Amino acid sequence: MSASVLELHGVHKLFGDNHVLRGVDLTVASHEVVVVIGASGSGKSTLMRTINLIERVDDGRILLSGDDITAPDVDVDKVRARIGVVFQHFNLFPHMRVIDNVTLAARKVHGIEASVAREKAVGLLSTFGLAEKVDDYPDRLSGGQQQRVAIVRAIMTDPELLLLDEITSALDPMLVGEVLDLVRDLKAQGSTMLMATHEMSFARSVADRIVFMHGGRPLEVGPPEQIFEDPQHPETREFLARLTHR
Amino acid sequence: MTDRAAVEAFSPSALELDRRLHRRRASRRSVLIALVSTLAFAGVGGWLVVTSPGWDGVRQMFFNLEIAADSFPKILEGLWLNIRVLFFATIAVAVVATLLAVMRSLRGPVWFPLRAIATGYTDLFRGLPVLIVLYLVGFGVPALNPETRIPIAVLGTVGISLCYSAYVAEVLRAGMEAVHPSQRIAARSLGLSHAKTLRMVVIPQALRKVVPALMNDFVSMQKDVGLISVLGAVDAVRAAQIVTAQTYNFTPYVVAGLLFVAMSFPMIRLTDTVSARMARREQQGGTV
Repeated sequence: MSASVLELHGVHKLFGDNHVLRGVDLTVASHEVVVVIGASGSGKSTLMRTINLIERVDDGRILLSGDDITAPDVDVDKVRARIGVVFQHFNLFPHMRVIDNVTLAARKVHGIEASVAREKAVGLLSTFGLAEKVDDYPDRLSGGQQQRVAIVRAIMTDPELLLLDEITSALDPMLVGEVLDLVRDLKAQGSTMLMATHEMSFARSVADRIVFMHGGRPLEVGPPEQIFEDPQHPETREFLARLTHR
Repeated sequence: MTDRAAVEAFSPSALELDRRLHRRRASRRSVLIALVSTLAFAGVGGWLVVTSPGWDGVRQMFFNLEIAADSFPKILEGLWLNIRVLFFATIAVAVVATLLAVMRSLRGPVWFPLRAIATGYTDLFRGLPVLIVLYLVGFGVPALNPETRIPIAVLGTVGISLCYSAYVAEVLRAGMEAVHPSQRIAARSLGLSHAKTLRMVVIPQALRKVVPALMNDFVSMQKDVGLISVLGAVDAVRAAQIVTAQTYNFTPYVVAGLLFVAMSFPMIRLTDTVSARMARREQQGGTV
């Protein structure tokens, strides 16, 4: 059994003629934070969606803590229960209070008693400065607060892996900080995370490893210092130059 | 880029081929299970009916093949009238319902009378049973001027259209309200008038949202055109009634019923397909 939480071996994904992922190999070790960067259309989001089995891979294999989750007879609900996902547009359920959003999976999927789930949820929400919002509906919250609730919802069931897909892209710049601080806290607590982002300074400070996606493949992988200060590929250099000198 | 070349170059690995084979096998297995289970259900259901004490009498009264074959041409001829009524009623409903929906969406005090008329109309005709509307139109309108004769089928078409316009208008209005307000604001900020905003931006999106509901109303109307038989128009139902009166046998009604089902079947399947496609698009994150 490997110590990797996530392993991708030669993952391909095609949408009709569009070959989006062209053989992705990638591992995320336990307690590691891997940040995926790359231009729009480089396959970052598709990569995230294949790992959560929202998109079926057209070739290759994905292992979650050693289990092949791309096997044809795998129970997708069980796999998804082991992975936490946070989306760009929060995707909170507007007809439920914050507390019900956060405890839904714990109660209905993991069979945790409502009172126990509530206690844990209130604890987590308080830790992240949302104690007063417990019984509010999502539309009473700012974007930053909503996204923090969405993160709490994702970590509520202690997933083995957390997928964060451009979670600050839909936020007001003033609100980005509070969400990123939360992600830093999660890293400090030892969460295993794979995140796609356009926030380069954040990527640099929080990532253990950076993956630069280009043309449907991880073109360059390495520690943040190396990727940002001494990129090996001209495409990586060009991408970073465009982002920093606009 | 070189996407096309890459696709040609992409050949699945042994792992993927094995996975596909496994999926094909699994889907074959589910088809087989579905087939066996369906046959079992049908077998048990059929057996219960056939072994019931009154089955022989029921078969004579409702499933008499000879009478079915005899009545079929007449009922089919009647169905042709239903189809024509349906055709014209659909056009009338599309026009009237759109007008009503737009009238109800008008803003500003000047338009109050139009808004009130549209609201009153939809309230009235959604509440009235179709049968009563048909009687009132079918027998009331000709009585206004006994000298002229309006064909019964035309009156029936009018009655059906009156009722269904009210329903469809409400569906359209719901669709228009479901278009996000930001779309309206964006259109108005470009300088488009209220009317142009409705026509170019709101209604096209609203229609897309309510297509399944509209198709459902159409299917419903497809069978309700059979109600014009109460006015004496010789449609499929009336034709069946005539044969029944002659033979004291209910088989013609079964034949007419099956023909109505056959007529609505393509539309029902199409509705399912369209709904499924829209659901897929929504899941992929596209705006529906």
